[in-house]
Amino acid sequence: MKKWTRTGDQVLGRFDRQEAAVVRGLVSQIQDMLLARAEEAPQDELAELTGIRTGPSTPPDDPILGRLLPDFHRLDPDSPDPAEVDSANALRSLHEPELLDLKTGVAAVVLQTCPPDGGEVRLALEQAEAWLSALNDVRLALGTALDVQEDMPDELPPDDPRSPHLGVYHWLTWVQETLVEAVLD
Amino acid sequence: MTTPVEHERTQVDPAGEEVRTEDRPWQTLVWNDPVNLMSYVTYVFQKLFGYSRDHATKLMLDVHHKGRAIVSSGTKDKVEADVAKLHAAGLWATMQRSS
Repeated sequence: MKKWTRTGDQVLGRFDRQEAAVVRGLVSQIQDMLLARAEEAPQDELAELTGIRTGPSTPPDDPILGRLLPDFHRLDPDSPDPAEVDSANALRSLHEPELLDLKTGVAAVVLQTCPPDGGEVRLALEQAEAWLSALNDVRLALGTALDVQEDMPDELPPDDPRSPHLGVYHWLTWVQETLVEAVLD
Repeated sequence: MTTPVEHERTQVDPAGEEVRTEDRPWQTLVWNDPVNLMSYVTYVFQKLFGYSRDHATKLMLDVHHKGRAIVSSGTKDKVEADVAKLHAAGLWATMQRSS
């Protein structure tokens, strides 16, 4: 992968086969997690009639999904204000279906535009923006799984089980950073 | 099916007058997290709110150094929509009543 470049209204990148497989694999996994969460949404006939969908009112148990689908209020983890909890649950139920659509949608854009065997990636600006969101979701997920901290070293001690994965995280950080630069160019 | 109902609450302000809570502006907060890139956060503030590069950068630095920043304010509906957009972008955003 060389860094992304901006040419007029397009952003160009190039991934080798292995890099494309990493990007596609991680984006698909996130998309699957989000689709599974969408399946948990309560089904009811009135929602189908009115078109007003409601999602689950409680946050996901999984910490990765929890980071991708945050609460609308900052709740005190020890003694949350019951009125704020009610409000956060109601807002989640109202907004989560659309948020899941948006996140699975940007993942789909990556899967449509990143060739499975690697090669050139040519993106319209709107697609590049979708890539930014999707790459960010993947980094949030990996960052949560790896317990990334502000002062994360470039490498962990070799006996740390997270060590091999941190390289992927740092590489994705670079891919996203250079894509931001190209979009703003 | 039910849609979330906004509970009307009233509060007495120190001057002794009742203040209707729906008149009080809300605030959108963004919290620091160790994953989001400074450049990306700045880009999101510019794109979602139409802020200048300088203003977006200042807000991003506030998030980074102070742990949080108020990035927009207004009616509950507006702030709710702003938080939803920030969540779509992957930022850790919440809303609260202005105090």
